[in-house]
Amino acid sequence: MSPPKPEPRPTPETQTFWDGCANGELRLQHCGACDRYYFPPRPFCTRCLSDEVEWRPVSGRGVLHTYLINHRAAPGFEEEAPYAIAVVELEEGPRMMSNIVGIENTPENLVLDMPLEVTFEERGSVMLPLFRPAAPTGVRA
Amino acid sequence: MSPASVKGAVAIVGAAETTELGVIPNLSEIQLHADAARNAMADCGVGVADIDGVACAANPVGVAHYLGITPTYIDGTSVGGCSFMLHVRHAAAALASGMCEMVLVTHGQSGRSRVGAGGRGGDGASLQGQFEAPYGPTGPPTMFPIGVLRYMKEFGLTHEQLASVAVVQRQWAMGNPRAMMRDPITVDDVLSSRVIAYPIHLLECCLVTDGGGALVLTTAERARDMDLARPPVYVVGTGESSETPMVSQMEDFTTSRAFRVSGAKAFAEAGITAADVDHLMIYDAFAHLPIYGLEDLGFVGRGEAGPFIEEGNTAPGGKLPLNTNGGGLSYTHTGMYGMFAIQESVRQLRGVAPAQVEGVELSVAHGVGGMFAASGTLVLTNRKP
Repeated sequence: MSPPKPEPRPTPETQTFWDGCANGELRLQHCGACDRYYFPPRPFCTRCLSDEVEWRPVSGRGVLHTYLINHRAAPGFEEEAPYAIAVVELEEGPRMMSNIVGIENTPENLVLDMPLEVTFEERGSVMLPLFRPAAPTGVRA
Repeated sequence: MSPASVKGAVAIVGAAETTELGVIPNLSEIQLHADAARNAMADCGVGVADIDGVACAANPVGVAHYLGITPTYIDGTSVGGCSFMLHVRHAAAALASGMCEMVLVTHGQSGRSRVGAGGRGGDGASLQGQFEAPYGPTGPPTMFPIGVLRYMKEFGLTHEQLASVAVVQRQWAMGNPRAMMRDPITVDDVLSSRVIAYPIHLLECCLVTDGGGALVLTTAERARDMDLARPPVYVVGTGESSETPMVSQMEDFTTSRAFRVSGAKAFAEAGITAADVDHLMIYDAFAHLPIYGLEDLGFVGRGEAGPFIEEGNTAPGGKLPLNTNGGGLSYTHTGMYGMFAIQESVRQLRGVAPAQVEGVELSVAHGVGGMFAASGTLVLTNRKP
């Protein structure tokens, strides 16, 4: 049996993010003073150090900013290799690492700046945000 | 009182690598530190009693005890492979201010054989553990080059140009008997080698080796009074910086903020521009690093580094000799390569490098720590300040 994939362990500062994922909702923190979103989670704004930040659900839409295709499978990824490790630029600005699902991970299929949307996959005790090619406008499932 | 800089106040008087390099299954990591340290001390004719400062990226207390040193200055800065550039920088400040008189900087790593080496493993609760590791990276080869496709799209860098970095560095390695890889290679060889993490092929990744190196630093004044077999190498500019421990959070995937900040700081202190540099070392864990380094240090404009390397400007006989030991791609890479970049700068300035460049008077050794996480830059010269 293949070993499990690496599992995130939430901390007090990140718990709300993972709670959102468990509800099928991508959440980011927003600084009122700067009117900007940021990631990864911290209980203060990384620009002005203000504590006046709030968690907000975000659209889950973004674009493929950059990626590579890993041919050396990590534990638990043996069946999927080669697979893309990607950086997604969210509509709200922040970027996050993720995997791309719902499409074969080839250089031809994965075109930089293609639109993506979030989906979630069970990973141990959390739901992990992944991204898939965005459905054309109007026919989103 | 605030001294504007310690420019030229400090010199590297001793420099050496481990006796063996490459595959050393018979030595543990601490002994690799000690082997390099003893070679560096012998290089400048000093003994344990002369050393009162110790720096390394592992445990400087362990190194001091193992060698029998009683230090009054200890630096355990550990920010990845550029740590040694930072050690030199911190030592320069400490020596110039009189905190200590002679500093030993050591490196020893059983990166290949893993003899007496620490364990590896992540923490699922760290930010990397929560927001990067779950997506299946397997070490630096599958993370560090993540910005390359973005760079290619922004600037038109070709796969052939990227491959030419490895080809040119192999040309330098062919002149270096201690280099692990010395057979000539072509762009086709690189592009037909196994894909590790598209767009990176095996021959665009650094080696994994065992080895170490050490430096002895003291004040320029003291260096003048020493009976040295080889002339001192003066530290005339230094810089350091950091950006993010998470490669996915780089501000811009086509340039390193830490490179730009560290490089600019070092060049400003030295009072030089890129045009003044005779010889250059840019830490090459992967083939894209010299491309980022050439641009971020100001040697070429944005997007120009790929063609610049492909056209032979950094090759033997070219106008900007770069990574003249063969680099991490062909010479050696123990895991934290920065020490070896400094060693080659010192050899070139002493005129004793295996692939010696004529007339080197000013050399820059530029390092990366982690995956564009940190950076350190040294400007070194053999000209008396």
